[in-house]
Amino acid sequence: MSIATQSLPAAMPADWRDFLALTKPRVMTLVVFTGLCGLLVAPVHLPPVLAFAAILCIALGAGAAAALNMWYEADIDAKMKRTAGRPLPAGRMDRASALHFGVGLSFFSVLLMGVATNWVAAGILAVSILFYVFVYTIWLKRRTPQNIVIGGAAGAFPPVIGWAAATGDVTLLPILLFALIFLWTPPHFWALSLFVRTDYANAGVPMLPVVAGAKATRLQILLYTLPMAAAAVAPWALHLTGAIYGIAATGLSAVFLLLALRVFANPATEPKEMGPEKKLFAFSILYLFAIFGALVADRWLAA
Amino acid sequence: MTPQEQDEVRRRQRSRSIVLAVLLLAFVVLVYAISIAKMGLYG
Repeated sequence: MSIATQSLPAAMPADWRDFLALTKPRVMTLVVFTGLCGLLVAPVHLPPVLAFAAILCIALGAGAAAALNMWYEADIDAKMKRTAGRPLPAGRMDRASALHFGVGLSFFSVLLMGVATNWVAAGILAVSILFYVFVYTIWLKRRTPQNIVIGGAAGAFPPVIGWAAATGDVTLLPILLFALIFLWTPPHFWALSLFVRTDYANAGVPMLPVVAGAKATRLQILLYTLPMAAAAVAPWALHLTGAIYGIAATGLSAVFLLLALRVFANPATEPKEMGPEKKLFAFSILYLFAIFGALVADRWLAA
Repeated sequence: MTPQEQDEVRRRQRSRSIVLAVLLLAFVVLVYAISIAKMGLYG
């Protein structure tokens, strides 16, 4: 089956809104937020204009990676209800336009980051884009059910980039923040993939519930939650943050662990009975926002 | 290409040009602001 069945005439230029859609603006909110938090907790304070430019570059880099991901995955996206309406599978844009847009935006974001802040931050931004596109999207996503773990590593870069934009280096705290998002992503995404499993099965992506079953997925969720909670509490335990962060991280992680245990105990196979999974997914988003918010609050109230 | 399609092509070209102009202008302003901020840092 061709994915371009509803294609417009060849000379029809894509609407600019479809280029915006290629950047997955909704995913970007978390990227911008964690990047901003990394920048704000750094011991060096950038002038507001340069801080804004740094966050803009992180957002543009994430958008570029998303566009290249959609360029490569148009065939998968066409087979899933959630993604079939994206510009490429819906035939509203040709693949070459998406590729050029993604590559152009990648170079633009990295070069602007280097000019506005420093080349350490620009280098990490470049690595994160290349990692997401080549290691995750092209190499591993279709080959291993641990694909989400790899994708999580790509999503964990923003606080490190934000920190590096301010200081020009990378120390233990940004590395712990990287570890936190890296370990948070599998439980977050596998909770979702449990109740939207049918879609991934149709597209042939080896999502964990598809290849290993719901029971194994629930165990994996629990197994990743434990080191995630450890990474969340570690900055406080290592005296890199104050008590405000410590209390928030401990409390939030305890709730996360409790919800993960309830998911683990749930034997349901039908999405209708997957209340605990839906709760864990919803809470996981709140968790990340709250924990990074607490980190910034801790740093500001201590200063 | 039908006249309707040709109108649609024009409409899209126009809106893309406007968006690009706005983005270019924003870029110019941003580079100016970055330059001023950097001169403040090291100047």
